[in-house]
Amino acid sequence: MNALEVIDLSFAYGAREALKPMTFNLPAGRFAALLGPNGAGKSTLIALLTRLYDLQRGDIRVGGHSLQESPRPALRQLGVVFQQSTLDLDLSIEQNLRYHLALHGFSRRHGSARLDAELARQHLTERRHERVRDLNGGHRRRVEIARALLHEPRLLLLDEPSVGLDPASRLALGLHIRQLCSEHGISVLWTTHLLDEVQPSDDLLIVHQGRLVASGQADAVSLEHGGTLGSAFNRLTASGVQP
Amino acid sequence: MSAYWHCFSGIVTREWLRFVLQRTRLLSALVRPLLWLLVFAAGFRAALGIAIIAPYDTYIPYEVYIVPGLACMILLFNGMQGSLSMVYDREMGSMRVLLTSPLPRAFLLASKLLATSLISLLQVYAFLAIAWLYGIQPPTMGLLMALPALLLVALLLSALGLLLSNAIRQLENFAGVMNFVIFPMFFLSSALYPLWKMLEASPWLYWLCAVNPFTHGVELVRFSLYEQFNPLAMAVCVGLTLLFALLAVWTFNPQHAALRKAG
Repeated sequence: MNALEVIDLSFAYGAREALKPMTFNLPAGRFAALLGPNGAGKSTLIALLTRLYDLQRGDIRVGGHSLQESPRPALRQLGVVFQQSTLDLDLSIEQNLRYHLALHGFSRRHGSARLDAELARQHLTERRHERVRDLNGGHRRRVEIARALLHEPRLLLLDEPSVGLDPASRLALGLHIRQLCSEHGISVLWTTHLLDEVQPSDDLLIVHQGRLVASGQADAVSLEHGGTLGSAFNRLTASGVQP
Repeated sequence: MSAYWHCFSGIVTREWLRFVLQRTRLLSALVRPLLWLLVFAAGFRAALGIAIIAPYDTYIPYEVYIVPGLACMILLFNGMQGSLSMVYDREMGSMRVLLTSPLPRAFLLASKLLATSLISLLQVYAFLAIAWLYGIQPPTMGLLMALPALLLVALLLSALGLLLSNAIRQLENFAGVMNFVIFPMFFLSSALYPLWKMLEASPWLYWLCAVNPFTHGVELVRFSLYEQFNPLAMAVCVGLTLLFALLAVWTFNPQHAALRKAG
């Protein structure tokens, strides 16, 4: 089953069309990079995927559940790491995570097992009582990933998660997320504008001026449109390009 | 049903933790009403005598009159500030996390309004405790009876704040809210002077004060603090709280803000 299905989705801010009708699927257990220059429509797509904006046209299905018709089961399948940190800086790691568990309706006792598991997975068990303010950028991202996985979603959405991280932390984060995909069958949609965050075996979606201009495995897209990912991306995102 | 309870208690716990951890927040919430009580009221005491009016059964010093209004002033500032941050945090920050909860948006917003109102009550009772030490001592039972009245007024003002922040684009910072909402609501009310004094000054101002929801909030608290019930104030507060909360939840749509921004 597909973890994510985007069906004929489009969106307009008044008269300005931000997303032109697009359709794509993300199979279970796959890592997909959503690549696009700034202003390509990535943020609008994320706002629609996370229910910040209501759908105007088309549909989004998460784990087979329509975000429009049955938002509750759809949102239960979705974990999100936002581009800007959404942690409470003065609260501890554990307090931040417990808040998220409560938002998903977990009791304190029921949530404790999930909390312990995700803290262990992110190697944060020993630091659970530390204030988030005292953590570096890489560790804060780990807390946000732990938080996004607490309710065991099938789809993890990461919106430019490497922003503000040093090169070593970026690399470690990418490895870690791909490991989640391969070992635990979680599907990942990772938005970025950095080409070096995409690996040849990843699924790739390229958006430009609100249009999905390419999709497929990254090495195949590269081959089809230019030879390397860089040349393919440049060709596909040249202004005014028509697919 | 238990998922709703766990969610609500999680939202309240978070507000409580943030309140406890930000110690300066309590201090700054108390400074304003205490300045009014200890400085302004002391200065005005000689100039403004308060005749016998309900719910008081004797002549009262000005400080006694002003306390319920100042308690509601805390609720007014907190309600407006909290609601404003809900609207402008929604595109980034904690509101985005709140909105990814699978529970209905109306429930999440109502829980958030109730949680911030409960925290405001702590600040009000801290103020009433200092006022008590200063010598303004309503009956103990009145302090207890004022609790539901204060909670209702807190909800009323938070819901109104959320509705105004949703509806009026110009209220995008707290200075705008201060000038166009908080100050007019506070000064055009019975918080600082009884309405009959206003009637002597100007019938127009009197009517503006009389239809101001904040006046009814202050009177509901004033009467309950002295173990009396004000049915008109109660009816107005309950009715307007429901109306404002429904409209606020209905109009809380980040998309509207994005569409407005896009022109």
